[in-house]
Amino acid sequence: MTQTTVGFITAVLAAAVQAGTPLLYAALGEILTERVGILNLSVEGIMLVGAVSGFLATVATGNLAAGILGAAIAGGIIAAIHAFLSVTLKVNQVVSGLSLSLFATGVSGYLGKPIIGVAAPVSFKPYPIPGLSKIPILGPMFFKHNLLVYGSYFLVAFLWYFLYKTRPGLHMRSVGESPRTADSLGISVTAVQYTYTIIGGALSGIAGAYLSLAYAPSWIEQMTAGRGWIAIALVIFAVWNPLRAMVGAYLFGGIEALGFRIQVVGATISPIVLKMMPYVFTIAVLIITTARSATYKTEAPQALGVPYERE
Amino acid sequence: MPQEENNIIEMHGITKRFPGVLANENIDFCVNCGEIHALLGENGAGKSTLMNILSGLYKPDEGEIFVKGKRIQIGSPRHAIEAGIGMVHQHFRLVENFSVAENITLGMSTPRFGLDMTAIEDEVSDLSKKYGLQLDPQAQIWQLSVGEQQRVEIVKMLYRGADVLILDEPTAVLTPQEARELFDTLDRMKATGRSIIFITHKLDEVMHVADRVTVLRGGRVAATVNKEDVTSRELASLMVGKEHSTVLPDKDTLQSEPVLTLSDVTAYGDRGTIALDGVSLQVRAGEILGIAGVAGNGQRELTETITGLRRIHSGTISLHGQDISNKTPLEIIDSGVSYVPEDRYGTGMAPNLSIVDNIILKSYRTRVMSKGPFIDYDAAKRQAKELVERFQVKTAGIHSEARLLSGGNAQKLLLGREISSDPKLLVAAYPTRGLDIGAAEAIRSILINQRNQGVAILLISEDLDELIRLSDRIAIMFAGKIMGTLNRDEWSIEHIGLLMAGVLDVQDEEALT
Repeated sequence: MTQTTVGFITAVLAAAVQAGTPLLYAALGEILTERVGILNLSVEGIMLVGAVSGFLATVATGNLAAGILGAAIAGGIIAAIHAFLSVTLKVNQVVSGLSLSLFATGVSGYLGKPIIGVAAPVSFKPYPIPGLSKIPILGPMFFKHNLLVYGSYFLVAFLWYFLYKTRPGLHMRSVGESPRTADSLGISVTAVQYTYTIIGGALSGIAGAYLSLAYAPSWIEQMTAGRGWIAIALVIFAVWNPLRAMVGAYLFGGIEALGFRIQVVGATISPIVLKMMPYVFTIAVLIITTARSATYKTEAPQALGVPYERE
Repeated sequence: MPQEENNIIEMHGITKRFPGVLANENIDFCVNCGEIHALLGENGAGKSTLMNILSGLYKPDEGEIFVKGKRIQIGSPRHAIEAGIGMVHQHFRLVENFSVAENITLGMSTPRFGLDMTAIEDEVSDLSKKYGLQLDPQAQIWQLSVGEQQRVEIVKMLYRGADVLILDEPTAVLTPQEARELFDTLDRMKATGRSIIFITHKLDEVMHVADRVTVLRGGRVAATVNKEDVTSRELASLMVGKEHSTVLPDKDTLQSEPVLTLSDVTAYGDRGTIALDGVSLQVRAGEILGIAGVAGNGQRELTETITGLRRIHSGTISLHGQDISNKTPLEIIDSGVSYVPEDRYGTGMAPNLSIVDNIILKSYRTRVMSKGPFIDYDAAKRQAKELVERFQVKTAGIHSEARLLSGGNAQKLLLGREISSDPKLLVAAYPTRGLDIGAAEAIRSILINQRNQGVAILLISEDLDELIRLSDRIAIMFAGKIMGTLNRDEWSIEHIGLLMAGVLDVQDEEALT
C-alpha cells in the first residue's frame, strides 16, 4: 500500500467514528427505550430539539457542559411526553412517536429562529490522547477525538455491563420481554418504562447536541438529516446490543464519510448518489435483518410496542 | 380471629364482586400446615378468583385473611410472597428469552446491582436437587418443555421461601407421566411441612393426591371434606350440583370412504423448525378422528396446513381424492372444509363485528347471501337468527358485537356457522377448551350429531377423557410426528399417555424406570 492509500483509509476511518458518534448516542438511547418495550419513533425530532437546546444553552452560558445538560433535559422532556402517551394513556406507540417527531421538528425550528447563522461561542475540540493517538490507523481512528466521542466509549461499555450483568438491567429487560411476569414479581412496569424512555430521550438529545456543538458547530434547520431514522434502523441491526450498536454506528458513519472523501479523491460518481448511500444502506440492512429474523428466533424484546394492561 | 393453631391460612367471609358477577360469596377456606388441599370446582365456580385474592392480584370486597395466625392485608403479589404465599399460574409467568436462573432471581432485591450469575445458578441447582426437580439453571425458558417450565415456576417460589404453594390447574398442560412426577414432588414438599393448594376440576387427581378437598360451586363453598370420607361420585355431585348425562357416540365402525388423506406431510413452524414431520393420516366419512398430544407438538400446524393457512413443504393433502395441498383457504373452504380454530376470538371471528357479520364471514360471496353486487342483509339476519335459536346462543341480540359473547356462546355460534355450510370435513381444534361443563356438553353433542350425519371430523383436544368419549379412532402426536393411531378396542389412557410423551413402545418405558 502506498502512503496515500494508508492516509486515505485512516482519514475515512477517523471520519467514520466522528460521523458515527451521533448515531451511536441516539441508538443507545433507543436501545434502552425498546428494551423496556417502548418503541419511540420520535428520535429524529428529539435529536433536533437536543441540537437546538444544546446550542441555545451554550450560547447563553458559554459553557459546553450546560449545553449537553440542556440537550439531555430537552430530549428527556419530549420522551416523557411519549412515555405519558404510550405508558399511561396506552396510545398506539407508532402514532405517538411519529406525531411527536413532527411536533419536535417544528419546535426545533421555532426555537432556532434567532440563532440561525450565529457562531457557537465554544465547541468540542479534538483532544488527542497522548500515546494512544500515535498508534498507526487505530490511533487517529479512536483516540484523536473530542470528549463526547470518548464519553460514548464509556457509555457503550457501561450499558453493556448494565444490561447483561446487573439486577436493574435484568429487571428492565424483563419489562420489555414480559411485563406480566415482571409485574407478578413486584417490579413496577410503569416506573421502569418511564425511567428508561426518559433516559433514552436524553441520550437522543445529546446525540443532537453532538451535531450542533461538535460535528458542525452551528445550528441549521433539519441538520439531523434523517440520522434519527437511521439510528432506529441501527437498533434492529444491533439486535438491541450496545456493542453491536457501536460497530453499526461506525459502519454507517463510514459510509457517510466515504461519500465525502470519494469526491475529494476525484471519483466520478454523482455526489447525489453518494449522499444517498447511508439511506440505501439502511434499507438494505433492514431487509437483511428482517429476512434473517423470519427464519431464526429474533432478539427483539417480545413486548415491544405492546401496551401493558393488568388483567 | 383465627380458629385453629394448625391452620397456616385462614380466609373468612371472602366476598368478591365483578361487574354483573358475584365471583366469591362469603367463602371460608382454611389450609393446614403440611397438607395438600384441593380446591375443586367447575369453570366459573370462583376457584381462581379466591386464589388470586390470596396471592394479591385481587382485593376482596369483604372478608379477612389470616396467615400463621396473623391478620394481614395482601395488596400485591409482592406482599403475598413476603407472607410466604407463592402462586404458580396456569399461564406461566416466565420470561422466555431469559435463563432459568435469571427467571428465578427476577424481582428479588439482593444483590442490588452486580449479578453473580454463577452463584445464583449454584443456589438454584442445590434447591432443585433438594426437591428432586431436575433443572438446568443455564437453559433458556423457550428451550424447555411445559413440564420443565412448571418446575421453574415451583423452584422460583421455593427460592422465595414460600410455605404455601398455590398451583392453578397444574396438570392441564402435562402428560400423564409428567403429572405423576409433579405429584411426587408435591409429596416431597408436603414432607418438609409446606402446604399446597391445588386448583383443579379433575376428580381423579383429587382422589390421587389431596388430603382435604374444598368444593366450590357458583362462588360458594359446597363442602370441605377429608378425602378419606368421600367417593369421587359424591365429589362430582357436590361440584355440579346434579349428575350430568354423558353422551356417547353409537359405535358403528363402518368402513366408509376416506374424506381427508394426508400422506407424508412435512411443514415448518413459525420459528423455521420442522413442525410436521412426515405426517400421514386419514379421516373417513362419519367418523371422529381424535388427535391427542400435549399442545405445541404440531397440532396447530396440522390444522393450518389442512385449512390452507400454512404451506406444506412436501407430501400431499387430499380431499375425496382431490389434491388440496397448498391451495388457498378460499379454495379449500369451497371444497367443503370447515374449521373451528383454536383461537376462537382471533382466527375464528372478528370480535368487533356484529353476530350477523360474523355469521356471513364465510358465506357472503355466495348467491344466497347476495343481491347483485350487494350483501343481502335480510338473508344474513334470517340465518343469524336461525343459528342463534338452533344452538341456543345467549346474546343481547344478533346485532351485538361478537366479543360480548361468553366463551361457550361464541363457540356454539362459531360451530354453528361452520356446520351450516354442510361441510364434508370439519376440523375442530380444542373446541371445548375453557368452557364450562354445560357448554362443553352442548358442543360435544353437536360434534357427535355431525358425525352421525356422515361428516368427517378431525378433533384436536388436550382433554383425554373427551377424546376417549368422542373419538372413533385416536392418533397421537409428538414432536410433529404421528406416534400411532389406535382404535376404540386398542387404547388405554396409559398407552395414549406413553405415546404422548414420545415413548414408542412399552419396553422403552420399562427400560427408563
